Parts: sequence; C-alpha cells; structure tokens
Amino acid sequence: MSEFIVEARNVLTQFGDVVIHESLNFSVKRGEIVGLVGGSGTGKSVLLNTVLGLKKPEGGEIYIQGLNRAEMIAADRDRLNNQLGVLFQGGALFSSLNVRENIMVPMREHTNLPLGLMRELADMKINMVGLPANAGMLKPSDLSGGMRKRAGLARSLALDPAILFLDEPTAGLDPVGASAFDELILNLHKAMGLTVVMITHDLDSLFRICDRVAVLVDKKIGINDRLEKVLEYDHPWVKEYFGGPRSRAALTAGGK
Amino acid sequence: MRGSDNYNKPNDRAGFSLETLGDTLHVNAWGYWNLSEAAQLDETFSQEVDEKPYMSVVYNLDNVDDIDTAGAYILTRAIRCDSEKCFHWSQKTPNSGRQVLLEAAEKAALGRLRPPPRPWYQMFARIGESVMRFCHEFYDTLVFFGRFLTVLSGLLLRPHKIRWKSVVAKTEDVGLNALPIVMLLCFFIGAVIAYMGANLLAVIGFQIYMVELVGFAMLRELAGLITAILLAGRSDSAFTAQIGAMKMRQEIDAMQVIGVDPYEALVVPRALACLIATPILTFFAMLSGVFGGMLVAWLGPTDISPVLFLVRLQDTVGMQHFWVGMIKAPFFALIIAVIGCRQGLAVAGSVDSLGARTTSSVVQAIFTVIMVDAAFSMFFLEIGM
Repeated sequence: MSEFIVEARNVLTQFGDVVIHESLNFSVKRGEIVGLVGGSGTGKSVLLNTVLGLKKPEGGEIYIQGLNRAEMIAADRDRLNNQLGVLFQGGALFSSLNVRENIMVPMREHTNLPLGLMRELADMKINMVGLPANAGMLKPSDLSGGMRKRAGLARSLALDPAILFLDEPTAGLDPVGASAFDELILNLHKAMGLTVVMITHDLDSLFRICDRVAVLVDKKIGINDRLEKVLEYDHPWVKEYFGGPRSRAALTAGGK
Repeated sequence: MRGSDNYNKPNDRAGFSLETLGDTLHVNAWGYWNLSEAAQLDETFSQEVDEKPYMSVVYNLDNVDDIDTAGAYILTRAIRCDSEKCFHWSQKTPNSGRQVLLEAAEKAALGRLRPPPRPWYQMFARIGESVMRFCHEFYDTLVFFGRFLTVLSGLLLRPHKIRWKSVVAKTEDVGLNALPIVMLLCFFIGAVIAYMGANLLAVIGFQIYMVELVGFAMLRELAGLITAILLAGRSDSAFTAQIGAMKMRQEIDAMQVIGVDPYEALVVPRALACLIATPILTFFAMLSGVFGGMLVAWLGPTDISPVLFLVRLQDTVGMQHFWVGMIKAPFFALIIAVIGCRQGLAVAGSVDSLGARTTSSVVQAIFTVIMVDAAFSMFFLEIGM
C-alpha cells in the first residue's frame, strides 16, 4: 500500500470558466493530522468534496488508500465509505431523527449489529464526544451550535473510520469549547489511530493539534509541511495569515 | 492461552478466554475486536462473563490485532458497570492508545441512562394530550384571527402602507394561475350533475328540470365549495410552506428585529390576494360548471338546445342563488389565508414540524370550509333565500 492514505494528483476543478484548482497535488500520510488553510473562496470545501467523491474533478486523479476513485467498482466504494467519516460545516444531522438515531444511521446501513448493541454503541459515541447522556433523545433542532457539531462528530465516528474529514470543526464555538474540541480530536486520534484532515481558520487548532499544515494558494497547495516550515514559506498571503497579531498570540500561547 | 479449556472462539477472526485467579478475572483477547465481529463477540462475551464470580479485571490484549470502540465497549462489559461505579481494571501490558479506548468505553458505560419503563396510563395521557392540543389549536387560531383583523383594520385606515406589489404578485399566483384547474374541474362536475340528473329525471319524464338542477347546484353550492377546496390544497399549503421555511431560517426573526411586522408583510398581502381572487375564481367556476351542464344537455340524450337551456335558467333560477354562492367566497378566502399563514408561523425548527404543520394546515382549511359552508346553507334556507 502506498505511503499516502489520501492523495490528489494534478487535480483540475472548474465551475464553468472559473478555474478553482489547477494541477493541485495534496497528500496525507497515515495517522497524521493535517490542517488545510486558505483564504475564503479558494476552494477548500470544494477540494474536500472532490476527495470525498461528491464532486468529480475535471482533471487529475484522487487516490484513497491507494485506490483510484475514478476506477473504483461499487464494492470498493462501499468498503471505502465505511472508512471515511465526515463532519460537515453545519453538522448536517438528519433533522427528522434524534441524535442517537442519527449516529445509528451508518451502523444500520453497513453492519448487522443487534439493535440493543447499536443503541449502546451510539450512546458510547455520544459520551465520547462529550455530550450529556440525555442528548441522545433530542432532535437536532433542540441542540445548540456547539452540541450539533459534537453530535455530527459522533455520527462521523459511528463506524470507527480510518480517515476523518472535518470542515471547520471549531468555527462558531467559544474559545473554551473550541479548545475542548481540539482536545477531543487529539484524544480520538490517539485512541483510534485516526488520520484527520481538517479545514480550519482556527490558528489555535493549527498550532496545537496539526502535524502538518497545507496551504491552498494560487489554485494549488503551495506548501504542505510542518508548521515551522510553513511559517518560513515565502508567499504574501501566508506571511499575512501567519504574521498577523492573532497568529503571533496563538504562536506564543501554543509554543509548539 | 489459546489452548485453555474455556477457550472461546465465536469465529476464526476474533476470540477470547476467561480465567479467574483469586477474585481477579483475566480476560485474554485475540484477533480483530472491531465492528464487523461485534455482534458475535458481544453475545458470547456477555454470557461467559455473567457466569464468573470476581471483583476486578485484568485485560491481556497482546494478541489483539485490531481494536475499535465497539470492541472496547464489549470488553468493558466485564467490569459490570452500573450507573455509579465499576470494578477495578487494568491492562496486563500497558498501551496508551488502548487505555484511552477502554477508559472512554468505561465512562460511556458509567454514564448510561436506563430508559424509564412506560407507565400503563400512557395511552390515556396521549388521548388527553391530543384533546388539549385540539383546544389549543382552536384557541390559537382565534387569537391569530383577532390579531390579523386588528392589523388589517389598521392598514385599511392607512392604505398606502399596504404592500400592493406583494398583493398583486400573490393574486396572480392564487387567482390567475389557479383559474385553468378550477374551471376544468367545475366543467366536469357540471357535466356529471347534468348527466346524472338527466338519467334520473327521464324516469318520470321531467328531463327539462335538469336545468334547475345544474343551476342550483353550481351557483349555490358547488362552484364556491370546489374553488375553496382547491385553493386550500393549492394555495393554503403553499402559504404554510413558504412562511414555515422562512421561520425555519430565522427570516421572520430578522424581520421583527428590523421592525417589519410579519403580519403586515406576509399575512395581509396573502389574505388580500385571496379576498380578491376567490370571488373571481368562484364566478368563473360557476360559468364553466353551467357550461358543462349545458353541453351535456345539448349533446346528450335530452337534446335541450343551448338557447332553451339559457332561457329556462333565467326564468327559473333567480339571481339570488348567484348571490348566495358569491357571498360565501370572501369568507372561504379568509379561512384559507388565515389558516395557511397561522400554521406557517407556528412552524418550529425541524423539517418534521414543517411537514406536520403543512398537513394540519390543509386538513383544517378544508374542514373549516365545509363546516362554514354547511352553516351558510342552513342560514340561507332559514331566511328563505
């Protein structure tokens, strides 16, 4: 198996005449936490959707666990979907189901566990992401934004995926909640050996939990390396992003 | 260890053996303790563990190839958690990743809530709840109607504040766009009544009375009723869905904060549109219903010519029947607009509630329209119109 668990080669994405990505290369090693940063509108979420197979790239290939997405047969795709967990920006919980049923959806679809055990495992996931036990019975509309994120994370963990994609997991959380969420992801990473790809604007998360940081500039990944290297990378946007006062504060506080 | 007596092998991918030394249970697990094996492992493991007496647990996971949260959760069944405390446990060979997993599983088991048993009186409680809900619905609709009338009368004193643009757009949607379907339906209903009437009246030789039959039925009752029921299905549900979706996306909240009254901006234009469109639709429904009857009378076995049909209609079916039909239209219009908008504004955050509100909106509107129509019929009969 190849060294990279996720790999995008020479990806070209465009909407009509607007080119979003051009000869973009991006790779993630097994067991690492990669942060993906870039300005608004540079296509971070589009890249995520491309990797997830929700959008077909206009050119290039996507490899996941060494398999080319375009050449996969249905059985491969099924097996692969079991190994991907995704937390979408708003949580994307099914609003007609309560939290526990939401977490049970992937289990029902892909396993043949008895219902009782499924419920218990769903409750365990609820506990793991730090939601109170009675949250399982609540509908998504009864949850606050932070709780909805946690519930979404619990659902993405339902099948113990090998790769977890997080789209702005800490956006909209208060600093205490955001830092607890970072801690949670670190713990899960440690416990389950997860590979994590996270889109984030949260400098604290980048400094605290990411092994590598990929920067999306000029329609491609400018650099994908350890944070120290990224900080030295010579590009005006990167300089501005990491050179601002907020970044310096995070840097001194994080001290990584 | 794999050779011991109580060695357990649910399948060839994962298994375990249990050993009691003193009051300590040694759990030796091997293979793949993950989701795909969980169902079988859980059953055998829970059974075996239940039979053993012990006070603490040592896990030996050296031979485990893979473990995930499901596997860890099943392993913690050995520590017999109730809602407050667990048996003491440890790993034979410490492994930090697995330690975190097992601790997470232990915490989950500790905090688990037992579902309370269903009380026997739950059925009666539900009946009571639905009675209460019915009363609340009725009361809330009246409250809404009252508030709507207040806002409407306020606006009628200052007509420049009415959103005429919105009124015109909604009138097109409620009236003009519904015209073809309303007319088509009434045409067929008029034709059916004429046909049935002709057949029955032919038995006693009074075919010519089918003119009165079609005239009375269409003008007094059916044109108005069919129009109202169609609008309840077509526009009332649309009102609920539109306003409900706005409510879900906090647009209504935004309006209120900006200082726009949702009654002024959303409810009144829809109500005015219904008030304008329904009488016009009812009028065209009458025309097309009578036309349908006339066509059947002419082309059917009765062979009543259109001229004869119209002359007899004028002679025997008086103008008051037309007005009985028309006077009901504005009332139906108000019912449809008020119920549609009120249910839309009552939508809560979830998709479920949008669906439930749209359903009850259509049901309530049709129910109320038919009730009011029956009340009108009795009233007009009593006063001799």
